[in-house]
Amino acid sequence: MPVTLERIPGQEEKVSLNMGPQHPSTHGVLRLVLELDGETVVKSLYDIGYLHTGFEKSFESKTYSQDITMTDRMDYLAPLSNNLGFCLSVEKLLDLEIPPKAQWVRVLLTELTRIQSHLVWLGTHAIDIGAMSVLLYCFREREEILKIFEMVSGQRMMTSYFRIGGLALEPPLGWLKRVKAFIDKFPLRIDEYEGLLTKNPIWLMRTQGVGAVSAQDAVAIGLSGPSLRGSGVKWDLRKNQPYSSYDEFDFDVPTRTEGDVYARYLVRVAEMRESVGIVRQAMDGMPEGPIKANAPHIVMPDRESMKNSIEGLIYHFKIVTEGFHPPIGEAYQAIESPRGELGFYIVSDGSPKPFRCHLRAPSFANLQALPKMIEGRLIADVVACIGSIDIVLGEIDR
Amino acid sequence: MPDDLENNAALKKLREFDPDAVEEAQSFRGEVSLSVRAGHLIRACEFLRDAPGLAFKFLVDVTALDYYPEEPRFQTVYHLLSLETGARLRLKVRVPGDDPRVDSVVPVWPAANAFEREIYDMFGIQFHGHPDLRRILLPEDWQGHPLRKDYPIEGYR
Repeated sequence: MPVTLERIPGQEEKVSLNMGPQHPSTHGVLRLVLELDGETVVKSLYDIGYLHTGFEKSFESKTYSQDITMTDRMDYLAPLSNNLGFCLSVEKLLDLEIPPKAQWVRVLLTELTRIQSHLVWLGTHAIDIGAMSVLLYCFREREEILKIFEMVSGQRMMTSYFRIGGLALEPPLGWLKRVKAFIDKFPLRIDEYEGLLTKNPIWLMRTQGVGAVSAQDAVAIGLSGPSLRGSGVKWDLRKNQPYSSYDEFDFDVPTRTEGDVYARYLVRVAEMRESVGIVRQAMDGMPEGPIKANAPHIVMPDRESMKNSIEGLIYHFKIVTEGFHPPIGEAYQAIESPRGELGFYIVSDGSPKPFRCHLRAPSFANLQALPKMIEGRLIADVVACIGSIDIVLGEIDR
Repeated sequence: MPDDLENNAALKKLREFDPDAVEEAQSFRGEVSLSVRAGHLIRACEFLRDAPGLAFKFLVDVTALDYYPEEPRFQTVYHLLSLETGARLRLKVRVPGDDPRVDSVVPVWPAANAFEREIYDMFGIQFHGHPDLRRILLPEDWQGHPLRKDYPIEGYR
């Protein structure tokens, strides 16, 4: 369906340009309609929905446990963050206590997710602006993280590893060795990326002063995550409203005040370094104990007890055929995903399926800042700005 | 009345400011939800955004619920966040099914723009005063509003 800008009489020399949805630097299927005066963007509209799959409708027809598999597919670059957001919301609804080991494994894996998501962002952002080689380096390290995910959950991307009440299964023996091997060399790799970009004169010219957003505008438009912190607002849910035992970890929240593309770049790179610190702390202090909450009517029993005890068999049968019944009520739990505030709002009517499950997708809100960033600037800056807000169309369109 | 409702600064101040605005207050799992009368929504939102000590300057999310076949059928749900105090607040407005229409909060928080378009798209609720109310995720010629409860899960065939 065409989305067009109105023609202004007497200004017919302006050109309407369609960018996307099949454009390499729109990071998925984003379509922009730009009104150009020469090379300057006068007005812009964005058009989304090309990936709409109706997840929120599907949520209502599946049990809570089945819904987890769909959360992976929303933000496909940070599947474990979405798993965590959904599980925490349902656990809040159920008022469920999660054992420490499960919480720490969750923290460790979501921080690795943050690193791998930022790596995809950095590589694609750089290649959009013309620095080709960074992408190849970034994907080399991302591969390592995906192999860790595969080792832990059996899947590289669609992990579904966090379950309501804990984890799907015990992490394999020796997995921390693999994490350690990666974490020990990764800071040097960040130095490598920074060596290619941070003081590169072409990179500076393309990013400094481009797409600036003031702190006030950023809050008004609903920006969150690294994009908000790049505008000088020190707000990180891991620090300000800790969940899943983040209050036990020591880390900084990097912020910049410039609010431009370069500031957002620096914030994300600094965040990767902080994540390395969090992963290291989680690795060193990993508590022992169970990985699932003590709630047999909610958490699937392990294979042994299902086969050997009558209670296990009954609970297994009930959970698989019917699901569990949360109390009537509603819960909203937000987490700091790599892109910003990711929140699941779940309304329960007491049945085993959610009455309504809504995802507050950070990219969906962040995308609203794009017209503000690009209007009045050159068309080449559009590509830099799209990259700098790090959108994932999967969670925008849902 | 539970403690966290009695001690809730936003509820207390909002009641002082406009005694008729809040229809009902609920608290569940430490989250406070206020049902606001539709006619008082904009005034209440402006107050919550600007009142010193509250400063709900960040609109996190807007969504809707469909309670078909009950009447009033819809509710719009607003999640607010104060970056100063860290408080969160949920507002709800009941919207009738025969003429689903509610005031837009875009003049209060520009962030509501895309969220309200999504509700219009998915539930067919009209937002009075929205600058650009078009479908956002579905094509413009789509029939029906999929997140309504009377819309079949596989769509109309």
